[in-house]
Amino acid sequence: MAVADTPQTLPPGAVQATDILPRTAARRKGPVRWPLYVAAILITLFLLLPIYLITIAALSPRAAVNDFPKSLVPRELSLETLLFFLNSRGVVASAWNSVMVGVITLVLSLVIGTPAGYALARFAFRGRDAFKILILTTRAFPIVILSIPLAVTFIQWGLYDTILAVALVHTALALPTTVLITSSIFVSVPRDVEEAALTLGCTPVGAFLRIALPLALPGLAAASLFTFVLSWNEVFAAAILTVSQRTLPAQVFTSLGDSPLPFRFAGGFALIVPSLVFIFFIRRYLFNMWGRVVR
Amino acid sequence: MQRQVALERDTALDAPAPPARGRRTVLTPYYLLAPTLLFLAVFFAWPMFQALILAVQDNGRFSLGPLQRMADDVLFWEAIRNTILLTLIVVPAQVVLALIMSLLLVSGLRGAGLFLYAWAIPLGISDLAAGVVWLSIFNDRGYLNSALAGLGLGQTGFSFLSYEHPVSMFLAVAVAETWRATALVMVILLAGLQVIPKDYAEAAEVFGATTWQRIRHVTLPMLRPSLQVALIIRTILAFQAFAVVVALVGRNLPVMAEEAYRWYGDLRNPSVAAAWALLIMVFSLVNTVIYLRALRVRDEQLA
Repeated sequence: MAVADTPQTLPPGAVQATDILPRTAARRKGPVRWPLYVAAILITLFLLLPIYLITIAALSPRAAVNDFPKSLVPRELSLETLLFFLNSRGVVASAWNSVMVGVITLVLSLVIGTPAGYALARFAFRGRDAFKILILTTRAFPIVILSIPLAVTFIQWGLYDTILAVALVHTALALPTTVLITSSIFVSVPRDVEEAALTLGCTPVGAFLRIALPLALPGLAAASLFTFVLSWNEVFAAAILTVSQRTLPAQVFTSLGDSPLPFRFAGGFALIVPSLVFIFFIRRYLFNMWGRVVR
Repeated sequence: MQRQVALERDTALDAPAPPARGRRTVLTPYYLLAPTLLFLAVFFAWPMFQALILAVQDNGRFSLGPLQRMADDVLFWEAIRNTILLTLIVVPAQVVLALIMSLLLVSGLRGAGLFLYAWAIPLGISDLAAGVVWLSIFNDRGYLNSALAGLGLGQTGFSFLSYEHPVSMFLAVAVAETWRATALVMVILLAGLQVIPKDYAEAAEVFGATTWQRIRHVTLPMLRPSLQVALIIRTILAFQAFAVVVALVGRNLPVMAEEAYRWYGDLRNPSVAAAWALLIMVFSLVNTVIYLRALRVRDEQLA
């Protein structure tokens, strides 16, 4: 398994692309290989070209939206469209709300989910399999849809239209994944070191805090970023549960109907940029996150 | 302390718990699980129950009214039909494309690491953003019409997203959804390919199997668990398709989650909205059971 022969320089839980993909030397001698490259390049174009297009759409002046036919290379670049979007009512406030919701969500899901992940990774106990199945089952549920009955509950609790309400639903959404990811991270943290600390007189809590946690920290950071992106991207619950305290996606979504195209393009671009940065940072962990879940 | 070390095991997936000697030690994992269980009880199990209650009451009394109103709505069957049709097109497209992508990645291409990173990028893109991205391509003066004009095909532009052109409207949504979510399927399948022992492929090759035969008779059957997970997760997400549809074609293409949103947000009727939520949940459950059954039956036939 990739994790087992992860080089020492990588933090536990990280996977290098070369561990998953065969090395060049191990390539099979096939008859003709160029069709494979053509296919790979076509797929890359299909996946990346739209991102380029929304970027130039967001970086073109507002009037350019009416240009036809448009050119693949923009005539002029300007920040006018993006500034127009940022200066629109509620956009900056909603972006700030999104950041807050994301941070609350990642803190809540880490604080609640990490102990469970650690328990799954380190203990054998009655009901362990049942718990794993329960966690996997929740992933097979449309949790976001539950924000409708939750909205009714939140009105009774006085939580409706608060960023906390959105963060709570996002936590429910992220928690099963957090448990599974943290569990896979702790499995790949060497147990020997932790056991050594125990035999040298460390308490179990001390061994966890001083040994397992620091070793797992890079993986946990990646899991947090993943949770943040999940929350940053979520629209349905955020739009249902808020009226004045919109998150950025909810703000963009609810103004779709009555906003000009440049506003929407700038909004789409603004939603994508942070996600791209985060995905870049957690790319080594993506396989652990989804890969481990399979088994 | 040492007792605890002896009790801890990391890979005991199916192994029974070792005999407990210290009461405190035995309870530790349950304390660790308690917060997660409590949270899921309040924000997962309870709202599910609450949705059921909401959907069958009217002014605090039991009533099938909300379900009736949902079913009587003009858009009811249209929303269900569109959602199922979209799922039937998008999920197979995603699985086939993701399968091609992951097989390409493990075929030993030069620069496979770069391809992998580029292909994983849509993982971070929301359905709302994906809808907006493809709106810049499919709108009347968008990049697709520009490209068509550049090729000398139609100087005026085609209204892909107009309700007068239901097929192109539908396909635009399907393309956007495939573009966004194929990466997720790819990552799941790639992880599954990783655990297939190389010996199988090598053995097939020794016996003269062609690449296609190897994929068909070795790789695909061994990949079944990953395919199952990918199909279940993707289909459930497709039942909830929402922002991508609204961002691209507005209300022209009603889907189930959009109806739930409309009944809650625009029509201020949480009961009917909860009925929709319940219906989406039933769809998801039935779908999961079907996948689990279908893929297991084939397993028995093989044996």
